[in-house]
Amino acid sequence: MKHFLEGSFAVAEIVKLCKPGVISAYPITPQTHIVEELAQMVADGELDSQFVNVESEHSAASVVLGAVATGVRAYTATSSQGLLYMGEVLFNIAGLRLPVILTCANRAVSAPINIWNDHQDSVSMRDTGWIQLFAEDNQEVVDLHLMAYKLGEDKSMMLPVMVCMDGFILTHGIETVDIPTQEQVDKFLPPYSPLYKLDPANPLTLGPLVDPDAYMETRYAIQETLKDALKLIPQITADFAKIFGRHYNGLIEEYKLKDAERVIVAMGSVCGTIKDVVDELRAKGKKVGLLKITSYRPFPEQEIYEALKNVSKVGVLDRALSLGSYAPLAGEMKAVFFGKKKKPQIISSFVAGLGGRDITKNSIKEIFRLLTTKEKACEFIDLKPELLKEKYE
Amino acid sequence: MKDIRIHARAGQGAITTAALLGYAYFLKGMYPYAFPHFGAARMGAPMNAFVRVDAVPVRLRSQVYEPDYVIIVDATLMRGFNCFAGLKEKGVALINAKDGEIEKPRIKASQKVFVVPASDIALKTIGRPLGNTALLGAFAAATEEIDLNTILDAINKRFVGKYQEANIQAAKQGYEFIKNIKR
Repeated sequence: MKHFLEGSFAVAEIVKLCKPGVISAYPITPQTHIVEELAQMVADGELDSQFVNVESEHSAASVVLGAVATGVRAYTATSSQGLLYMGEVLFNIAGLRLPVILTCANRAVSAPINIWNDHQDSVSMRDTGWIQLFAEDNQEVVDLHLMAYKLGEDKSMMLPVMVCMDGFILTHGIETVDIPTQEQVDKFLPPYSPLYKLDPANPLTLGPLVDPDAYMETRYAIQETLKDALKLIPQITADFAKIFGRHYNGLIEEYKLKDAERVIVAMGSVCGTIKDVVDELRAKGKKVGLLKITSYRPFPEQEIYEALKNVSKVGVLDRALSLGSYAPLAGEMKAVFFGKKKKPQIISSFVAGLGGRDITKNSIKEIFRLLTTKEKACEFIDLKPELLKEKYE
Repeated sequence: MKDIRIHARAGQGAITTAALLGYAYFLKGMYPYAFPHFGAARMGAPMNAFVRVDAVPVRLRSQVYEPDYVIIVDATLMRGFNCFAGLKEKGVALINAKDGEIEKPRIKASQKVFVVPASDIALKTIGRPLGNTALLGAFAAATEEIDLNTILDAINKRFVGKYQEANIQAAKQGYEFIKNIKR
């Protein structure tokens, strides 16, 4: 049924329908309404789950780690500094092959203190072994959560999934969202039945010391599983479409790419703004398009190659940095085409929207304008030159 | 597509206003996107809330720079900000203030400004100076974008108990206030 819902509440609704047995969160900044609403649902008896209020995000991640290790479905949400504070545990969760589902409300990281949106938090956690899926709007946010449980808990995966939604733009954005029924969700998502779990009746050890004799194989196994995820994600989105009628590719989305000469590559809610600009420019006869990346980890190299091999000018829009090197997404885009015969003439890199700086239609038009034969390296859009002149004296 | 920009201070209920207005559009079968932009993220700090609405799902995620309509919940903000920046050629602005309390802003002849004593209406009806629902009633009358009944419907579904009736009264009085000016 269609509702007019704030993004955070929409997440709480879909998480409720997925029936996690344990929810754990640190309730204070940087937190969203998601866990506040879930706590209310548990308190009101609408959701039969144990809500564990903890003293830090490190503990929240540890609690859901423990819960899933005992064979219980679990959920947590965080953002920004909170995600960074979870960092150590995030590696453990993936290393232990525990399908925890986490919502990251994408927000900038300190210092300076900034509560607004960019992608630095989750992008900084890209090497943890978690699957990372980026949503464009709140309907996709809801649908990706449902698919995340199905994906992570698949016996061939046993990996955690982070659903990334833009802070404020989506978390505090209220829009029309179709929330499925419990029957539909139950049809799509079976109860969690793990391959292994901590159980006193059948004791086993998870996460012991693994010496140089075997450590590398555990990392290799995750690397291989993430390759398989690239095959499983489209199967899951196809199953999803059968029940819910909404179609996603799950890895990438091609928007007006067929004859496109200039294409922007981006992730998250900015893709909506780019689509509007693409339509405007198309109406003026400009051959432009968008490649949206939904699955940042695993990175769908082959699909990206096929989508862009005949495009002459590609502009990559990053909302995060890898300070001192290529912008994160831009570097990977270049790697996709290195050594290939068919490839874009140029792959330019643009950085925009850091710390909540608004990305407007003009910002996107500026990127298209700068997409010429001259390749741009880490070009900052909407920078204020007057602020750069200030000196410390 | 229509863009509405609300100027307020954090804590004055601008998000509720945007949510209610968005909800009213939703009830009409439209696709609204209501969202806030916080300044200092502290009570009393200037902030904006926006509603962007269309007959198809809204994809544009930027803030509103060229509003069709502006709602100024706190007229003191007009001292520090150009609340009318980018207002469209035929734009309409609503200001929550008493008659004579503020200097009417100089705007283009094609644009309209209405001054509504929304806080006074709210004090009488709700008992607190939260003029949001009075402003929404005034918005319906001033813009004719949406009918009063749909606004009342949204209030009915959003509020319960004594505040439901009080906010309905506030919206009706806000609506009547503008209707009387227009007559």
